[in-house]
Amino acid sequence: MTTVLTDAAAALRAEFSKIFTVRMWWVLLIVLAGYVGFTAGILALVFGGVGGALAGGGNAPQIPDAALPAIIYSIASSVGYVFPVLFGALATTAEFRHQTLTPTFLATPRRGLVLGAKFAVLAVVGAGYGLVALATSVGIGSSILAATGHDTGLGETDTWWLLARIVLAMAIWAVIGVGLGALIPSQVAAIVIVLAFTQFLEPILRLVATFWDWTASIGQYLPGAASDALVGSSIFTSLGMATGQTQSLDWWAGGLVLLAYAIVAGVFGYFTSWRRDVT
Amino acid sequence: MSTSTTIEITGLGKSFGPVRAVDDLTFSVRPGQVTGFLGPNGAGKTTTLRMLLGLVRPTEGTATFGGTEYRNLKDPLATVGTALEASSFHPGRSARNHLRVYARAAGIGMKRVDAVLAQVGIAAFADRRVGGYSLGMRQRLGLAFALLGDPGVLVLDEPVNGLDPEGIKWIRSFLGQLAAEGRTVLVSSHLLSEVQQSVDRVIIISHGSLVYEGGLAELESGPRVLADSPDRAALESALLAAGAEVETTAGGLAVLGLTREQVGSVALSAGAALSLLATENSGIEQAFLELVGEGGSL
Repeated sequence: MTTVLTDAAAALRAEFSKIFTVRMWWVLLIVLAGYVGFTAGILALVFGGVGGALAGGGNAPQIPDAALPAIIYSIASSVGYVFPVLFGALATTAEFRHQTLTPTFLATPRRGLVLGAKFAVLAVVGAGYGLVALATSVGIGSSILAATGHDTGLGETDTWWLLARIVLAMAIWAVIGVGLGALIPSQVAAIVIVLAFTQFLEPILRLVATFWDWTASIGQYLPGAASDALVGSSIFTSLGMATGQTQSLDWWAGGLVLLAYAIVAGVFGYFTSWRRDVT
Repeated sequence: MSTSTTIEITGLGKSFGPVRAVDDLTFSVRPGQVTGFLGPNGAGKTTTLRMLLGLVRPTEGTATFGGTEYRNLKDPLATVGTALEASSFHPGRSARNHLRVYARAAGIGMKRVDAVLAQVGIAAFADRRVGGYSLGMRQRLGLAFALLGDPGVLVLDEPVNGLDPEGIKWIRSFLGQLAAEGRTVLVSSHLLSEVQQSVDRVIIISHGSLVYEGGLAELESGPRVLADSPDRAALESALLAAGAEVETTAGGLAVLGLTREQVGSVALSAGAALSLLATENSGIEQAFLELVGEGGSL
């Protein structure tokens, strides 16, 4: 028992140091922070400031003031989730690409332990990404809301629960990335699939799903929809989908669905590529 | 250093689909010696080593360290040190951090990282990213990884590849020193000449099968005598009658089983005037090439 624990602790330490000894983690983190901060700032300006002034025009998007902070803060996950999933996939496929699975499995011959440690470490890193993304979306968003005379929502417990669920969603997305990386060892293929699915395919699927009742009941199980359900607020559910049929899971169910994606990808990846001969 | 261990390979085989990469391989590697693992490119050396290290699953047979398979070793890096091809590095990670990652995974102290970096002579470049390393420096880093756990067994795949003459000289004495300390050292190469001066024993495989296991000296078939005469046919039949093995080569007759003096007296009594009489040391290189066949000329 103790050796299992020491081995697990050693594997975790090794996986952590793999992450932080290569530049990728902070490069992606900076882009994430900039992207999320910029988007949250623009949204806060549009809906909080300028939007309010234009509201008389009739065509301006209408969002109740009370929902505004949640929508702006959750940009951290509704827009930023692609970064942890991408990072998880890159961290895993790099092992195949640079053949570092060889020294990894030489040092830790129990391959399942290595994959488990990667899951755990990327969950922590994903949560860290979530915290940084929130720092910018909340930091910039709440400043603009306050400056334009809106409630920042930061006095309410519900807002802080929302932020906590955003961190959880980002952690699970990073783990999904690990599962995908194990499933699709080719780094280029993994990047293309992650970007094509999250930025193009899934938004279309979610839009199409709003056309009918029966598709909406399926659409809520798409990973992005499950993530939004977990967080409980998203610019997509509030705006684009408002006209059609939307269904959304409970937050905990959304979290479980999202986690199920990570586990399914990881288990399939383990049995297909992770256990294969390392040549 | 942990106690020395014998490498035991028994009935080891591997098929990649229809390709038979390794076939019914059985040999052992003893402590206190440098053992060369030779064969032409594609003979199955790397596959054999990877099966030994638990990276490739054998189709049949076993490969163990004193009876324990690699994946069941309690402290793998402290038992077996491994340097496979010189490309298993993340180019964006420094050499020191590369070693630290695996030292952490194996529960080895960080001081040991600095020690092995110094031991292989790359301490001055330890904080540079490996992407900028030359092949020779990568080989040394690979060796540092192998030494990380101060193991009793060393398995090195083509460690001489890419080293400059000075590096080759260095690794030769280094390997000898490791074996003298009682370690089990297995070194693969596709060129006999590369390891000839540093190995005590050789295992030669060709097309996935064992063709020779033993000392280097015994590999040599012994000197041949070259002889020729204007009346080559008469000389040949006399030599055959004297019980020699005779082969016709471009330069005359290659005679096995008789000394130079004996060939001379056979020729004299047969009345065949000699135009050539010389001893030829065919050498181990020749014997090696004959063993591994066509592929050995690579």
